[in-house]
Amino acid sequence: MSQIFQTVPLNHFIYLCSILFVIGVIGVLTRRNAIIIFMSVELMLNSVNLLLVTFSAYRHDPSGQIFVFFVMAVAAAEVAVGLAIITMIYRNIHSVDINELSRMKD
Amino acid sequence: MLTSAFYFLAFVTIFFAVMVITAKNPIHSVLYLVLTFFGISANYIFILDAPFVGIVNIIVYAGAIMVLFLYVVMMLNLNADIEPKKSNLFKVGGAIAAGMLLLIIVASVKQANLQIVNNKMMTQTPIGSIKVLGTVLYTDYILPFEVASILFLIAMVGAVILGRRDRAELSVGSQPLNPKTTSNSKLQTPN
Repeated sequence: MSQIFQTVPLNHFIYLCSILFVIGVIGVLTRRNAIIIFMSVELMLNSVNLLLVTFSAYRHDPSGQIFVFFVMAVAAAEVAVGLAIITMIYRNIHSVDINELSRMKD
Repeated sequence: MLTSAFYFLAFVTIFFAVMVITAKNPIHSVLYLVLTFFGISANYIFILDAPFVGIVNIIVYAGAIMVLFLYVVMMLNLNADIEPKKSNLFKVGGAIAAGMLLLIIVASVKQANLQIVNNKMMTQTPIGSIKVLGTVLYTDYILPFEVASILFLIAMVGAVILGRRDRAELSVGSQPLNPKTTSNSKLQTPN
């Protein structure tokens, strides 16, 4: 299993994670549905997880995989609270369009 | 063999990730995100030799978090018809800004000296097994583990408080009924 380190260079894993992260950034910047923005944030978190596991495997150090568990725990807590907030917003303004939220100033 | 498997998985994962942000229907977005997570988990299990993280990723992300997303999307009754649309200017601007971010990351990775990371001379014992990870988690990282439990408690209480209807709102009647009553009164005043 560990022959992979001789064949696939570390660079290519970093490029894969960067591309996934940037796709998440594009999703956050270009979509207006609050739930899809949340999903793009999850995609960014997962790309960072993949990078952590990659460095853990290349360094032969299990600490990186422990960090992944903590990232997952924080992401799960974040999703629970975030979706509750989105549900509450939908109950008040009957939309998940983030541009509608700017009207809450008035 | 493993090399081609890596490139295949990378291509599939990126394809599904692009589909997540381009799909019109939010439910399709959620399902494509589940497939993206499966691609990342396959990377963990087959390529990176970390089977436990891969299985936990499937259970927690594809199993729990995405079901929560799917449940909220269906509860709010979102579909492609009421999907808000952004102007093309915003889309092009966002894509250009993110493309520049990718350019900066790739340029800095090219400059970096990554050879020092790659020390495969160490022992060949697998590090992704439950035994090794459990030993490390419950010895070196026991304090963050306990703090995470407090975080979960706070998140649970917060979600329950946020998701609950207000007591005043419950006693008067649910909020969506109010526009109907006002329209009824408007109808009745001309009479």
